[in-house]
Amino acid sequence: MSTAIWIAFLFPAALAVVTVLAARARVAGLASVAASAVVLACGITLTAATARTDAVECAGGVLRADALSAFMLTAIGAIGLVSTWGALDLRPRNPRTAARLQSLLCAFLSAMSLAVLADNLGLLWVAVEATTITTAFLVGHYRTRHSLEAAWKYVVLGSTGVAIAFLGIVVLYGATVQAGTPTLSWTGLTQIAGHLDPGLMRLAAGLAVLGFATKAGLAPLHSWLPDAHGQAPAAVSGLMSGVLLAVAFYAILRIQVIADLALGPGLMRAMLVSAGLASLAVAALLLIRQQDYKRMLAYSSIEHVGLLALGAAAGGTLAITAVLLHILGHGLTKSSLFVLSGRLLRAEGTARIASVHGLLARRPKLARPFLIGLAALLGFPPFSLFFSELGIIIGGWQRGLGVVMGAALVLLLVAFAALSRLATRMSFGAPPGGSAAEPATSAPAPAAGPQLPVFLALGVTAVIGFLTVPVGLMLARAAETLAG
Amino acid sequence: MMITTMSSHVPELLPGAGTIALTPLPSALSTQLAATLAGVLLLSAVLLAWRLSARASIRLIALQGAALAALVATLGLEAGDPELIGTAVLVLVIKAVVLPWVLSRAARHSRTDRESTPRLGPALSVLAAAALIVLAYLVGQPLIAADSGFAADAIPVGLGLLLVGLLLMMTRRRAVSALVGFLMLDNGIAVVAFLLAGGLPVIVELGVLLDLLLVVLILQVLTARMPGKFGGTDLEDLSELHD
Repeated sequence: MSTAIWIAFLFPAALAVVTVLAARARVAGLASVAASAVVLACGITLTAATARTDAVECAGGVLRADALSAFMLTAIGAIGLVSTWGALDLRPRNPRTAARLQSLLCAFLSAMSLAVLADNLGLLWVAVEATTITTAFLVGHYRTRHSLEAAWKYVVLGSTGVAIAFLGIVVLYGATVQAGTPTLSWTGLTQIAGHLDPGLMRLAAGLAVLGFATKAGLAPLHSWLPDAHGQAPAAVSGLMSGVLLAVAFYAILRIQVIADLALGPGLMRAMLVSAGLASLAVAALLLIRQQDYKRMLAYSSIEHVGLLALGAAAGGTLAITAVLLHILGHGLTKSSLFVLSGRLLRAEGTARIASVHGLLARRPKLARPFLIGLAALLGFPPFSLFFSELGIIIGGWQRGLGVVMGAALVLLLVAFAALSRLATRMSFGAPPGGSAAEPATSAPAPAAGPQLPVFLALGVTAVIGFLTVPVGLMLARAAETLAG
Repeated sequence: MMITTMSSHVPELLPGAGTIALTPLPSALSTQLAATLAGVLLLSAVLLAWRLSARASIRLIALQGAALAALVATLGLEAGDPELIGTAVLVLVIKAVVLPWVLSRAARHSRTDRESTPRLGPALSVLAAAALIVLAYLVGQPLIAADSGFAADAIPVGLGLLLVGLLLMMTRRRAVSALVGFLMLDNGIAVVAFLLAGGLPVIVELGVLLDLLLVVLILQVLTARMPGKFGGTDLEDLSELHD
C-alpha cells in the first residue's frame, strides 16, 4: 500500500525529467495525461485502503495518507486527467515548447501529490512552494506582455504569501519546542495541541492561514488570480482553478484542526468567515461587468473558494462533507470549462465576450457542452454543486452562522445573475459581423480536441451527488479525519 | 576548540549526525556576538531602505546574508551543534554569494543603476523603516516572552527585516528592488526561525533554501524578458491587466 504513496509523486516527477530529455518525441503530449492517470489510480487505491484502516504511512511517518489525503489525491488525479486529456495536442507546432509544457505539468502534478501526502508541515510547505515554482513558467507560457505581467504578479504575490505561511509554521514549531516536544508532524501536533502556548498559537495559525489563503485565492489576497488563470494555457488554468486552489485550501483545513484544538474555533471561524464573504463579494461584483470569458471563469473560482471557506468556518459533518464534495464537483466542472474555453479561444481568436455572439448557432459542438458546464457551475441540479452549496448553507445555518449564510446566499444570487447574463450573451444573439450563420466549417476543426473527457467530467459531476454508497462514504471518511 | 564526542539532543532526522560536538563558546562572548550581529542586520535593513542604487542594494543584501550566516554559526557554537554550523555554511554560500550574483544578473537588464522615481524618497523610506522596526519590537514581545532560549531578545529583528522587506516590495518601482525586498523578507523569517526554534529540521531547511533559490532564479528570468516586452523593468508598466 505504501508503494501507492511513493508512486503518486515519484512517477510524475520521473516523467517530468524524461519528457524534457526526450524533447523531440511526438508522444511527449501524453506525458501529463499518463501522470494524471497514475495519480488517479493511486488515489483510488489509497481511498480503498483507508476505508478499512486509519491511515497508510511510510518514510517513517513523514508521508502519510489518511482518508482526506486519499480523497484529495483522487481529486487531483481526476481533475488533472480532464484538464490534460482535454487539452491533448499530439501534433504541436513547436515540439520543444510543447515538451517543456508537458514536463512542467508533470512536475506540477508531482508537487501537488506530495503536498497532500505530507504529514510533516514543513514538507507540505516545501511542496506548496514547489507548485508556485512549477507553474510560474506555465502561466507565462505564451510570452506575451500580458502573460509576463500575470506571471510576475503570480510569483511575487504567491511566494510572499507562502513566505508568511512559513513564518507561521516557524512560530508553530517554536511553540512545540517551548513545550518540550519539537515536532512538525500533523498527527503529532493534533495530540499535543492542547499544551501549546495560546499566544504563539494565535500568531502561528493567523500567519499560516493568511499565507495559504493567498495561494488559495481568497480575498483580499486574490489579485493575482484573474490575471494568472486568464493568461495561462487552458490545461494549466483548469488545473490551477480546479486543484491548486483546493490543495492550498487543504493546507488551511489541516492548520484549522490544530488551531481549533489549541485555541477553540473562534479565531479560525472569524478569519474564514471574513475571507469567505469578502471573496464572494469581490467575485459577485466583478462578474457583473466582466468582459473576458477566461477571467470570468477565474472570478467564478474565487467565488467558489469563498464558499469553501464559509463551509470550513461552519464546521460539523454536513458542512465539511459538502466542502469536500464541492472541491471535487467544482474542480471537474471548472477544468472542463477551461478546456472548452481554450478551444473557443483557438477557434474565435479572441477572449472578449463582446466578440463572441451566437455560439449556439455557429459552433454548436463547442457551445453545447460549454452551456451545460456553465449550468453545472451555476449550481443547477442534478449537478453536484447544487447539493454541495445547499449542504454548506444548511450546515452553516445549523452551526450558528445563519446571518453569514444569508449574506452568502444574496451574493451567490448576484453572481448567478451576472454569470447567466454573460452566458446568454455568448450563446445567443446575432453573430458578430452580421452575416448569416457562418457554419463551423470555415474554421479548421473548431472543436478540435477529445470530447470524451469533458463528457465524462460533466457526467460524473451530474451523478456523484446521488451516489451515497461509494462517494458519500468516502467523503464521510475524509471528513472524519478533520473532526480531530 | 576541541572536538569531543558526545550524544546530542538534535532531532533525529539524520541519525548518527549528532555524535560529534564542539565545545561551546563562553556564554558572555556568544551573547555579545549575537547582539552585534543583530545590530548589523538592523543597520543593513535601514541602509537598504535608504539606498536607491541597485549595486549598493545587492552588496547590502549580501552583507545581510553573511550576518545571518554568522548568527547561525554563533548559535551553533553556543549550543555545540555541528548541524547548525553546516547550515550556517550553506546559508552563507546561498544568501551571501549565489543569490546576490543572480540579482546582479537581473540588475543588468535595467537601464540605470539608480531608481529614479520611487514612491517613497530615501528620507521617508528610512523613517518608515524605523517605524516598522519599532512596530516589530511591539509585535514581537509575546515571542520573546515565550522563548527562554539564547538571544531571544533579537527575535523582533527578524520581524523588522520582514516588514522592511515588504516596504521595499511595495514602494520601489524596479524589478530588482522588489527582488531585494523579497530576499530581506526571507532573511527576516530565517532569523525568527533560528532564534525561536533553534532552526527547523535539516530537510525542511534544505527544501526552503532550494525553493528560495528557484524562486529568485525564476524572477530573474522573468526580469530578463521584461525589456523586450515593456522596454524596461519598471513595474509600473505591469498594470495592463485589470477590470
